[in-house]
This record gives sequence, structure tokens and C-alpha cells, in this order.
Amino acid sequence: MIDYWPLLGIALVVVGFALRFNPLLVVAVAAIVTGLLGHMPFLKVLGVLGHGFNENRYVSIIWIVLPVIGLLERYGLQERARAVIADMRGATAGRLLIVYLGFRQIISALGLTSVAGQAQTVRPLVAPMAVAAAEKQHGELDEKTADHVKAMAAATDNVGLFFGEDIFIAIASILLIQGSMASFGIHLTPFQLSVWAIPTAICAFVIHGTRLLLLDRRLGRAR
Amino acid sequence: MINYQWLYVLAGAVFAGFALGSARDRSNLKRWGNAAFWTLMTTSFWFGDFLGDVGNGVLVLALVAIAGLGLLGRGSAETTNAGQRQAFSERYGNRLFLPALIIPFTAFVGTLLFNYTPLKAAGLIDPKTVTLVLLGAGVIIALLTCVVWLKPPLIAPVEEGSRLMNAIGWAGVLPQMLAALGAIFAAAGVGTTIGALAASIIPHGNVFLAVLLFALGMVVFTMIMGNAFGAFPVMAAAIGIPILIHADGGNPAVIGAVGMLSGFCGTLMTPMAANFNMVPAALLELKDQYGVVRVQVPTALALLAANIAILYFAGFRL
Repeated sequence: MIDYWPLLGIALVVVGFALRFNPLLVVAVAAIVTGLLGHMPFLKVLGVLGHGFNENRYVSIIWIVLPVIGLLERYGLQERARAVIADMRGATAGRLLIVYLGFRQIISALGLTSVAGQAQTVRPLVAPMAVAAAEKQHGELDEKTADHVKAMAAATDNVGLFFGEDIFIAIASILLIQGSMASFGIHLTPFQLSVWAIPTAICAFVIHGTRLLLLDRRLGRAR
Repeated sequence: MINYQWLYVLAGAVFAGFALGSARDRSNLKRWGNAAFWTLMTTSFWFGDFLGDVGNGVLVLALVAIAGLGLLGRGSAETTNAGQRQAFSERYGNRLFLPALIIPFTAFVGTLLFNYTPLKAAGLIDPKTVTLVLLGAGVIIALLTCVVWLKPPLIAPVEEGSRLMNAIGWAGVLPQMLAALGAIFAAAGVGTTIGALAASIIPHGNVFLAVLLFALGMVVFTMIMGNAFGAFPVMAAAIGIPILIHADGGNPAVIGAVGMLSGFCGTLMTPMAANFNMVPAALLELKDQYGVVRVQVPTALALLAANIAILYFAGFRL
């Protein structure tokens, strides 16, 4: 008989996020409920949670870039990024993001996943550039449209990273697939796996690229 | 050997700066909440290994209490105004990009040097940490460059860093918190339960339906866990290997690679993948905290359809 009770924690996460409670609170409550329903005593749950938090501190190291980015913004970095786009003929938000998508996929496929990222490149450079290009196409942007363009910039970074990195043979996810398969006696080389990441990478470029061209059409129409 | 410990000392110092900057910001009515929050993060980075598991758990509950009770705020003080920034931007010109590019450039050159020179064999840097070590090195070089070139007031990096960190707020800790939730899920056997559930509803004999359930299972489970890494071993053990590969004779390389990539489509659609989806919304100061997830859904669904087609045709028909 399968014990379904621990799944209640998942339901709590879904409901909590949907009702827009503070996500940290939602996650902590879900963690404690899941643990208790999984027959762990409270102190054990607290210990597993604390241990998990401590072991994953490396996840939060990325924020050490903020003083540099903030300092450059103080001296006009975002304004500079906008000015470059304003001087560039034929630059549109969609075209700019398509170039970034291709760049991000290629460098990720070469294993250079941390060369770009939401904090390192999207906030200081890509998003302000995309907004500046959109303003050239559309005139002044209302907040909703500006937010949409910025969200597309962030999405483009994610799509480029996710569907580029698996072409590199020494990336964690390829090694995980290889390991999971090997434990069932199926032996694959990283190269066999990374080759089969290529068709999806091409589809990702075509699909997301098409959406970026549609973004251009939407921005251009209002003129 | 340079390992995580070094980075934690550096990160703790930066978070101490965030705490100090927050405490000094009188325009933020809740500044002491912010200062306490980042002080707890500093404590975690510096002393986490000495607190014990339950001690760390209590620290987590304290972070959650501050965020959950709404004790985090944002200041409104401007360090430089729009006009000044415009003037600086014209004065320094495109050279302003150079310090911003130092961080990616260090990562780029460093990765190449590490992988293709004897540096790796020298054992100076723990290979597991090399990406983050290069990030840290890039940050230090870029910060020194800015200080020497732009000659800002010495408190400026602290002010600017905490301005951005407080704009992100609790979302900055969410990815680490979700990783801790993953540990609880694993300990409570959530993965095994989902695997058993998926295996119990799979129809035998229809290859396309089995492919569909495998891909959708990866997506849904990834959306729950926040990353495809937790979902893959479970779905491979429940459906991928016994049914698609052994019973139906599918190509293991296609099923492994494209199965994982189907999971990545799920990553695009879930707030649980906080560092990719929730953090950028905060970083870009979007009104809607789900703004990034929302624009990613159409790409993710179209790409999922493409993945299912690749799984079916390349996995079974080639």
C-alpha cells in the first residue's frame, strides 16, 4: 500500500503559492507538514530542514555580484545600455533578444553556463537594452508593456541556458542521466546523450525565436 | 585548497555589508527587520557548520518569521538621481561596460584555463567549486576596478549592494529554502510515492501513450520539485527504463536526454524553480511576481510538444 499522506505537503505548496502567501512561509510550513506526515518527530524535521539549508548555502553565493552591479548602476550603466541601443539602427527588442538567445545557447553548449545570468547580465544589460529597443519601436511604454519586455528578457536567458547546456558533455544533468541509467545496467556515454540534446536545442531556438518576432510585431503595431 | 569555506567567508562578509547598509537606510521604515534578516544570513554563512542541524533549523524558522510577518521593507533613498546617472553615463561612455564584463570574462577565461592547463591537476582549487570561485574572483577584481576608477565614497558598494538586495528581499533566500524543502521531500519518501503512482497508471502496450505519460510525468514532477534533477531518477525508474526501454525497446540515449529536457520545460513553468523564475521577477522589479513564469509558458508548452515528438519518432521509429 502506497502512503499518500506526505503528498499533502505538495498540495500545501500549490495552494499557498496560488493564494500568494509569502513563499518562504509556504515552503517552511509545507516542509514541516510533509516531514510530520512522513512520521518524523518535530525536532528531526527541524534538523533535516536546517541541514538542507546549511548544505545548500552555495545557492545564495550569487548575490555577491550585487555591490558591483549596484555601483555601476550608480554611475549610469543602465542609461549607457539604453544609449547604445538608441544609436543602433534597426535594433528591435525581438531581434536583440534573438541574438542573445543564440549567444546564450552557444556559450552554454560550450560549458560556459555562468558567463551570463539573471544577476550578471539580464538586470544590468539585456533588460534595459530590450526596453530601449522596444521604446524605439513603440514610443513610450506603459508599465505593463515594459514589464512584459523585461520578463521576455529574463525568459530568453532561461530558455537559452536550459536548452544549450545539455549539449555540453560534462554538465551535471548529463552526468545524472548517465548515472541513473547505469544503475539499471544501461551504459551510455555522455557524448551519446549530448547529441540527442541538439534537436531540442534547435526547436527551442525556433519556437522562442518565433515568439520574439511576434513580440516585435506586437510592439510595432501600436505605432 | 580553495573550497566552499573560502566562498562562505566572502559571502558572509557581503551579507554583513547588506545588513549594515540596510540598518543605515533611514528611508526604510522596516530597516531593522531587513538588517536582522541579512545578519541571520551572515550567521549562516560564517557559523552554519557550528550551529548543528537543529540550530540551523531554528535559524531557518527565524528567517521565515521575519519574512512571513512582513517585517522586510525597502528604502526610497536615491543614491544618484536620473539626471546624475545620465550625466555620468555620458561622461564615462561605453567604458562603463568594461567592469560589468569583468565578471563574465573572468568566468570565461578561468574555465578555459582550469580545464585546458595543468591548473586542474595542481589541486589549488576544488573542482566542484571552480565556477563559484571564478565568480568570487571576478567580483573582487570588478569591485576593485570600480573603486579605483570611479572613486565612489567608500560606503557606496555597501549602499548600492543593500539597495539591490532589499529590492529582491525574501526572494533571494527562496532558492536555498526550496533546496532544503527538497531534502525533506527526499526524507519523507515523496519521490518514491510519485514514482509508484505514475507506474500504477501507465497503460501497457501503447507506446505513444507511455511516451506521453513519461514526458508529462517529468514535467509535473519537475514543477513540484522545482528542478528536473529530482524528477529524472524517479521517472526513469518508474516508466523510462522498465516500460519505454525494456518492454517497448526504445533508444536509451533518446529517452534519457529528451526525457530530461522535457523536465526542463516544467522548470520554465513553476515558481518552485525560484532562482530562474521568481528571482528575476524581483531583480527586474516586475509588478507581477509570476511575470517571468507567465511569459515562459507558451514556449515551454510548444517545446514540450516538440520533445514528445522527438521521443516518439527518434526513440522508437528510427
